[in-house]
Amino acid sequence: MSSKVIQAMYNDDDILMDAVKEVRAAHYHIEEVYTPFPVHGLDKAMGLKGTRIAITAFMYGCVGFSFAVWMMNYMMIEQWPQDIGGKPSFSFFLNMPAFVPIMFELSVFFAAHLMVITFYMRSRLWPFKEAENPDPRTTDDMFVMEVAVDGNESDLVSFLEKTGTVEIKVTEKH
Amino acid sequence: MYTFSSKLKTFSFALMILGLIGVAYGFLSTPSSVEDVKVMLQNSHDSHGEVAANHDVDTHVVEADAHGAEQTESAHSDDTHAEHAFHYLKNKPWSALYVALFFFFMISLGALAFYAIQHAAQAGWSVVLFRVMEGITAYLPVGAILLFVFFVLSSLHMNHLFVWMDPEVVAHDELIQNKAGYLNVPFFLIRAAIYMAGWVWYRQHSRKLTLAQDNATDISNYTKLFKRSAAFLVFFLVTESMMSWDWIMSLDPHWYSTLFGWYVFASMIVSAITTIALVSIYLKGKGYLEFVNNSHLHDLAKFMFGFSIFWTYLWFSQFMLIWYADIPEEVTYFVSRFNEYKIPFLGMLVLNFVFPLLVLMNSDFKRVNWFIVCTGIVILIGHYIDIYVMVMPATVGDQWFIGISEISSVLLVLGIFIYVVFTALSKAPLLAKGNPFIKESEQFHY
Repeated sequence: MSSKVIQAMYNDDDILMDAVKEVRAAHYHIEEVYTPFPVHGLDKAMGLKGTRIAITAFMYGCVGFSFAVWMMNYMMIEQWPQDIGGKPSFSFFLNMPAFVPIMFELSVFFAAHLMVITFYMRSRLWPFKEAENPDPRTTDDMFVMEVAVDGNESDLVSFLEKTGTVEIKVTEKH
Repeated sequence: MYTFSSKLKTFSFALMILGLIGVAYGFLSTPSSVEDVKVMLQNSHDSHGEVAANHDVDTHVVEADAHGAEQTESAHSDDTHAEHAFHYLKNKPWSALYVALFFFFMISLGALAFYAIQHAAQAGWSVVLFRVMEGITAYLPVGAILLFVFFVLSSLHMNHLFVWMDPEVVAHDELIQNKAGYLNVPFFLIRAAIYMAGWVWYRQHSRKLTLAQDNATDISNYTKLFKRSAAFLVFFLVTESMMSWDWIMSLDPHWYSTLFGWYVFASMIVSAITTIALVSIYLKGKGYLEFVNNSHLHDLAKFMFGFSIFWTYLWFSQFMLIWYADIPEEVTYFVSRFNEYKIPFLGMLVLNFVFPLLVLMNSDFKRVNWFIVCTGIVILIGHYIDIYVMVMPATVGDQWFIGISEISSVLLVLGIFIYVVFTALSKAPLLAKGNPFIKESEQFHY
């Protein structure tokens, strides 16, 4: 099996969407699509699965909440239950309203930051990471669809030429 | 066009009749004198144990002989206790009716505010739901009349809900005397009339304009409605705040809270959006709203979720600030609620916050009708309890009980509400087709 990919370039997101649907209907495999901005509905057209990042965020929030409850209970109730301004430090629930702002903030803090870090890790983003776009124009006004070559290369090229592409490049897979 | 099904009509009449019987029973079963209450209290003591009964008999004997300061003291406190309980029990059916009347009035007022916000914000998604909202706000004039009659009856001393209306109480209460410039009966009724007139006027006017827009060739009605809605929102914000002082906060004339108006508003708007969602789902289930898709319901469910959290935020802000500073004159409000109303006071947090938080967090669940219906019913019950806990501690104190009076008051007003709302829905086409955003709204998807 060759490791060649065809990069079909488009200059309009509507044409790109139609092309993605045609290529999928013809059962070619789309490796990747590069766009300068989010194209609404592209993930659905490509048949990508929904993200689960919201679920991770919920779990991180639960972790943050539990951490806050444990921390406040340990410090204010168990470790050194002082009388501070008459606040009832006999049990966690008697003094709970005073802890709620911290419980809330830590839930949000954990949920937000850990979700962002999860996003960076899953999408492999970090400082000094080498950029992966195949053509610098994809960050400006070009849309690139990469289709894996599997079988007859010239058939695929002529098929893609009919989908409204402005340029076609055949390259080795990086 | 929607036709009011005879089944639903019969159901609403059944609710009204059942409610009316229950309310009448509630009024007839109040004790007629302090002596009755004493007998009742004694009976309940008897059922608790014979020791208490013996104690009562002893103190009565001693009281007759006028011997021993200590015993007469306790007998005297028995008397005042019975008198308090008597006033509370007399108030109970009135308060139950008041909570139900206010609750449904608040739903329709909240729907009106939401409707005005949609117009002023030029929202594109909600246009297909405008007729549903207009149907719900049709209860507003009816509810306003009922509430106003209730206030007039209160000011005629038919009941004892607003203690500042009682000249004898005011005569012995310097705190209320100092507020008499605001809290006096004529001014109270004039204010209520002004609020209600303003709200009902906007409601009738906006209805007239949207109906005129349906067959209009230009959008002059629409632009007029846009401006009126923006003006109404300004008026609403001021009057809603004052309404909450007048109608709810003045039940506890010794207590005040600055964010109370917002708190009542949060309760109002979340109940209203829930009701809009429930009515929409009902009508869609009957096949009358084929242009409403599950993205519209998703948006309503998001509003239910968001405003539930907003309500909790205000509830907690009010509670925590007072709990934290613990100033005696403010904290009594929550002390009485914590001591005598623990289950409804804390239970409504579960119904109004924890349940919607966990159920409506998931995006997929917000598109499933029966999830919205279940959460909606829980939210409405929760906000009924919210109003209940705002009103009852001031009027019936420790004599509260969710019994025949309370349930049948809700049934009575619910019956009127259903009858009025669905009659109004059958009066006009369910699609406001003249609105310039109607195409966007029909194709709305999330």
